[in-house]
Amino acid sequence: MKETPLSNCERRFLLRAIEERKRLDGRQSYDYRNVRISFGADYGCCIVELGRTRVLGQVSCELVSPKLNRATEGILFFNLELSPMAAPAFEPGRQSDLLVKLNRLLERCLRNSKCIDTESLCVVAGVKVWQIRVDLHLLNHDGNIIDAASIAAIVALCHFRRPDVSVQGEEVTLYTPEERDPVPLSIHHMPICVSFAFFQQGTYLLVDPSEREERVMDGLLVIAMNKHREICTIQSSGGIMLLKDQVLRCSKITGVKVAEITELIQKALENDQKVRKEGGKFGFAESIPNQKISAFKMERAPVDTNDVEEQAEEIITKADPPSDVFAKPILRMPGTAQIGEGIENSWGDLEESEREEEEEGNSDDATTPEGQKMETEEINVVSKTKKDDDTIVLSDSEEEEVVILEPEEREKKTRTHTSTKQENSSSKKAFNKKRKKKRATH
Amino acid sequence: MGRGRAPRFPCLGGGRVLPRSSLPAGDTSVLAGLYGPAEVKVSKEMYDKATVEVLLRPKVGLPGVFEKNREQLIRKTCEAVLLGALHPRTSITIVLQVVSDAGSLLACCLNAACMGLMDAGLPMKSLFCGVTCALDATGAIGLDPTAKQEKEARAVLTFAISSVERQVLLSTTKGPCSVEEEQLGLWGGQARYRRRVRQETGGGRVPWRQGEGNPWGMGVPS
Repeated sequence: MKETPLSNCERRFLLRAIEERKRLDGRQSYDYRNVRISFGADYGCCIVELGRTRVLGQVSCELVSPKLNRATEGILFFNLELSPMAAPAFEPGRQSDLLVKLNRLLERCLRNSKCIDTESLCVVAGVKVWQIRVDLHLLNHDGNIIDAASIAAIVALCHFRRPDVSVQGEEVTLYTPEERDPVPLSIHHMPICVSFAFFQQGTYLLVDPSEREERVMDGLLVIAMNKHREICTIQSSGGIMLLKDQVLRCSKITGVKVAEITELIQKALENDQKVRKEGGKFGFAESIPNQKISAFKMERAPVDTNDVEEQAEEIITKADPPSDVFAKPILRMPGTAQIGEGIENSWGDLEESEREEEEEGNSDDATTPEGQKMETEEINVVSKTKKDDDTIVLSDSEEEEVVILEPEEREKKTRTHTSTKQENSSSKKAFNKKRKKKRATH
Repeated sequence: MGRGRAPRFPCLGGGRVLPRSSLPAGDTSVLAGLYGPAEVKVSKEMYDKATVEVLLRPKVGLPGVFEKNREQLIRKTCEAVLLGALHPRTSITIVLQVVSDAGSLLACCLNAACMGLMDAGLPMKSLFCGVTCALDATGAIGLDPTAKQEKEARAVLTFAISSVERQVLLSTTKGPCSVEEEQLGLWGGQARYRRRVRQETGGGRVPWRQGEGNPWGMGVPS
């Protein structure tokens, strides 16, 4: 399915809001959305929700032969999939640039940072090693996929337990989970990605952009850091040029955010472990309590409405006073009446010839306007002229299609009904006749 | 009819729809997401009805032939109940993501798909429900088997039963079983269907013909 394009007015609205330091969901510029981590019944299965962005992560393992040039190291494999249910634009099969970019970033963040001890995955050097496979599925796209995916990956890896293995000489014994408790992976540190979106060539910065904000951003800076304040990966995309102190500031913010998120992850892991040990119920069935199928819940967005009244009053006082309303109708002839004069023309300067024409054709007392403002609720009715059948001398304009209308003849189309439709139609007929005549002359 | 975009719950208001239903059958959990009626590629469009597409994504690894097979089974079932003629030249895409698998996966997928269709408000002739029966070596029937029971069973039968007259929409078996055993499995499935639909519809009445005895003479839990 094609992606629905973002309308210009929505884009402008978002950018204006960001200039005024306002976000659509009521967050501050440096605020993260709520992170929710839930675990499945299997080891290594978790769902991470960052606001409404949802990622499912699953870790699995297999005994394989090692790579030839790395005989004593285990193999890590990462795969992020953009499920078609995440957004209608994600079609199955066709791998988009976004997917490649996300996968690459994830690999750099987790593999190159050596957060997992691959040496410990070796069973028999050169013969058998563990291949750890991390599958991530994006279930819903509401912006900032990379953050949610990195959290899901690291949580799943921390949660995962691989079967125990013992080696006696040349014999390798693989124990089932019933025989011996599965063993956790050896993880040195937990790198977590934090995204920064830049707007207006780097003037405004937002942490954890939502999907709408991502659509209007100029560039993205992703910093992967662990809780020891070591930068694991840093990537700037979108072609924005950042100053050194901007990048430093972002890394400081990342340090703070990563500390918070790491704490949250630790707590979640501990809770899950406690529940499993005590024999309580665990798994997704338990962690989806109130999400009934028939429920429709919109989270309340905290929006600051303290100064709304003052702002409204300001706007009202600054606005132009409403124009005078002529309540008394002027009867021109039976069936034709006029109430009010309308508002002055705001079309700007017309050609001189037209202006001359206007002055010529000014027969009635009121200067009938040429603009068509809809604000006033006056009923403007075209007054019938006596010069129906006269031909009009036009300007020397070369454009044949230009039709200059006599002010009296023009219909003023307003929302409200006109009192004499007949008048309008007859004057329209006259107008059409003239048009044909004009065409004939040219 | 297809409604507005909502990541989790149904939302009314033109466009596409994305309801979710996570149906845990013990520890088997499948997440269903639905888009439709939406625009369809010209190569796939059908002039008189909607094109139903089902995507089944396993948790680990890339989708393979097994998933393709399941997709077709679910697709045929959904097509049978959907009133596709009301939305010609459109596409209805059902995406099923396996969240956890502990047996009876196909039945869980069918249930999730039905919930998704209901959630989206798409017009259907009837609802349907998936049931799995496992026949062990002695011929005893177990409903909704776990992965272990499925492995040890002689035959595993999966049925999709519709809400109108409890008709069978889908019947697929794995392993040898006689015709009588299949009928028995179907009977058990229909009995389980009554309970399941009651759960799904929150206690709505389901027609159950009174006085219908069990033709096989064996006690089947209802």
